Amino acid sequence: MDSCHLIRTPILHPAGPVALAERDLLLSAVLIMLIVIVPVFAMTFLFVWRYRATGGRGRYTPNWTYSAGVDAVVWLVPAAIVVSLSILLWRETHALDPYRPLPSDREPLQVEAIAQDWKWLFIYPEQDIATVNELVFPAGRPLSIRITSDTVMNAFFIPALGGQIYAMAGMQTRLNLLADRPGCFRGRNMQYSGDGFPEQHFAAHALPTAEFGEWVNRVRQSPARLDKRAYLALAAPSIGHPVGYYSGVAPGLFDHVIAKYAGGHTQ
Amino acid sequence: MLGRLSTDALPFYSWVALSGAVITVVTFIAVIGLITRFGKWGYLWREWLTSLDHKRIGIMYVLLALVMLLRGFVDAAMMRAQQAVAHNSDGYLPPEHFDQIFSSHGTIMVFFMAMPFLTGLINIIMPQQIGARDVAFPFLNSASLGLTAAGAGLVLISLVIGRFSTAGWTGYPPYSGVTTNPGVGVDYWIWAIQLSGIGTTLSGINFIVTILKRRAPGMTLLRMPLFCWTTLASSTLMIFAFPALTVATALLALDRVFGMHFFTNADGGNLMNYINLFWIWGHPEVYILILPAFGIYSQVVANFSAKSLFGYKSLVFATMAIALLSFTVWLHHFFTMGASANVNAFFGIATMVIAVPTGVKVFDWLLTMFRGRITFHPAMLWTLGFIVTFVIGGMTGVLLALPPADYLMHNSTFLVAHFHNMLIPGALFGYLAGYMYWFPKAFGFTLDQRWGKRAFWCWIIGFYLAFMPLYALGFMGMARRMEHYEIAAWQPFLVTAALGATVIAIGLACLAIQLLVSIRNRANNRDLTGDPWDGRTLEWLTTSPPAPYNFALIPHVHHFDAFHEMKLRGVAYTRPTRYEDILLPRNTGAGVVLGGFAFIFGFAVVWHIWWAAIAALVGILVTVIARSFCDRIEFLVPASEIEEIENRRFLNLSKGNAL
Repeated sequence: MDSCHLIRTPILHPAGPVALAERDLLLSAVLIMLIVIVPVFAMTFLFVWRYRATGGRGRYTPNWTYSAGVDAVVWLVPAAIVVSLSILLWRETHALDPYRPLPSDREPLQVEAIAQDWKWLFIYPEQDIATVNELVFPAGRPLSIRITSDTVMNAFFIPALGGQIYAMAGMQTRLNLLADRPGCFRGRNMQYSGDGFPEQHFAAHALPTAEFGEWVNRVRQSPARLDKRAYLALAAPSIGHPVGYYSGVAPGLFDHVIAKYAGGHTQ
Repeated sequence: MLGRLSTDALPFYSWVALSGAVITVVTFIAVIGLITRFGKWGYLWREWLTSLDHKRIGIMYVLLALVMLLRGFVDAAMMRAQQAVAHNSDGYLPPEHFDQIFSSHGTIMVFFMAMPFLTGLINIIMPQQIGARDVAFPFLNSASLGLTAAGAGLVLISLVIGRFSTAGWTGYPPYSGVTTNPGVGVDYWIWAIQLSGIGTTLSGINFIVTILKRRAPGMTLLRMPLFCWTTLASSTLMIFAFPALTVATALLALDRVFGMHFFTNADGGNLMNYINLFWIWGHPEVYILILPAFGIYSQVVANFSAKSLFGYKSLVFATMAIALLSFTVWLHHFFTMGASANVNAFFGIATMVIAVPTGVKVFDWLLTMFRGRITFHPAMLWTLGFIVTFVIGGMTGVLLALPPADYLMHNSTFLVAHFHNMLIPGALFGYLAGYMYWFPKAFGFTLDQRWGKRAFWCWIIGFYLAFMPLYALGFMGMARRMEHYEIAAWQPFLVTAALGATVIAIGLACLAIQLLVSIRNRANNRDLTGDPWDGRTLEWLTTSPPAPYNFALIPHVHHFDAFHEMKLRGVAYTRPTRYEDILLPRNTGAGVVLGGFAFIFGFAVVWHIWWAAIAALVGILVTVIARSFCDRIEFLVPASEIEEIENRRFLNLSKGNAL
């Protein structure tokens, strides 16, 4: 678990199907847009060379100001590109809706993530454990994360696995991710949130299924329990909080954190 | 008595902040001292501060913009220096100070550099382009400048007394709320943009009315120069978009001062409302900044290709289409908020649709160059640099418009690189092109071209060095606004970016040297004819600098290249048989007084000095009422005096071989 080899450019070398599809969409859009970009570059340099006042060989037609044919081309070619990109966009935005469960023959692992100043708390309701600044899950099994914030707005992001989503107090957002293979990835808060923001990152480990079970057992041996009092102590602002394990979690803690803002009155 | 204000407000928390404060104070005292030493207070008051001449007001706006450009750049350079060294170290800036700097950098560059720059250029040029003698509401113009300057003053004084916001230039709650940010920083930010925002709304109204009501005979809407069209579009956006910002920041102020709950986490507040309101202003704002620059590029590219603009009507239509569409895309600033796929896809497609009219514009500029005679005046270099660089920014913009791709790149340095890639070439290069193109019109002598070209090359090379690494860092997962970081692989990119900032600093130095050299050589660079570049639009018909009334006789317009067409027909410089008296707006100090009271009001509210705030508010009301009772708001320039001025003009025209 200590030997965490980081991916240098996680967005170009994704480790899961969501990030992969998002990256491929990005790259195909670049290719489609080159239909416009390349002519602009070529025309700029060509025209500057050919029509320069001193030494240029091009013709000079000072009153050539309009051509319906050319006008049609400059409107229709960009329009055609935008139409084709729009079709792509519509399809992919629905396919890659972060709320949409990932197709898999395995049940997703449920995790609840709470952004705090300045750390991440992960609750595993089915395992009745919780961790701070470390997210561990089995490779090859979908991960379904419910996300909220117990402070200002944050954004939850594991670049190698898929796009980010905001964490907002009193509200819940969702993210569905999957790691193809075991590995260690970086996650962090992307939304600036104050002094501890640079430190607000965590390790995300995708383990082989058996090792995940061993890890859960290890966390269950932790003496610390995340009851209400422990939660309040944890929620106090801290910078560079170490990884922490809790062997039990107060029932409904995640929903309680949401409800304390959503009820109209703070408790 | 003094609210929250005490000696604790002095910046002893970091030596960097302290030196910034000392430099600000020393510069301020030096300027005051020099004006006093040369006995220029009377001149300054009579000829500039109280002037309602649109050209003078425009020049003061541009001066404010250049000063704030310097300050905003210092912020940028400090951030680049911090990130270049802050791998696994705290660097030289504490987080609190770094966070103030990225907030003030954005706030200054958008509200107090770009906005005054474009407002200044519009003020100087637009009335001349439509053949008018002034803007529709000359006093309102002066009041707008006073309010903008008051806002800028609040940002500057926050460096010395108290602190600036750490909530970024967008001021997202709940972080900007009073629970997490109890200090004065966010309040400084709110009131600085409130004051300047009101000034901008008033400017927008002024420009629209001027364009709709003050055009010379024959100047139909479809004969207006492109710069006037983009001004019309930009001003329309100002009056429709700015109220959203005014409301959003006013509600945020109510949350902070009176403990209300519009955007708080608790008691039914919701940050999403703020973020929507902010970007309902914020996205049109991008086009408020960029469209006037598009207008400048349109003028410059036609002028220095010695050719009429290609596809004039297409460009007009594209401009207005962009203005309209700019209101339909705001949600793309927060695709990651968890809206449904339908909502995200709708706003993503709307965003990409804007790329169509923008692409049309780029092709029309290129086709203007096609079969032209291109000369490489610095203004043209900025334009060429813009075309090439802007399409890259456009491409990365379309990438961010794809919601799934945005999920990956949002909040990263890729985003930072993208919007700098739009706003530096798309807005600032345009303003600098306009500055070098129209400088002789404002001051009567041309700017040195060699130093102008050096400035251009430093800026463009510096730009690529500073921002291409940020695109790469986005792919490496680097978040924006990081005071330090723990990943070694990022550092070489950040060092390169810092190098780019250094090259841009040299570019800024070139701009300063250009100005000094040109002032020194002004006797040799005089623009006798008022038409140094063989211009095509009406502003080149006036003298440089223009007479207070611009045109002794209002010209009749027959073509969208009105002046060019007059020169072709040989009627550009016909001497009229007789002159008539002209009424011009009389000077007033009310704009300065309003600005002063607004500054006091803002400062007092920031520090909760309520008696002073109420007094300043009363002062504002009394000034406005007193001004409205003032009947003598114009003065008469007699025909004899006009004849004298015009005779000198014709003498210069013949000296300059224009006749």
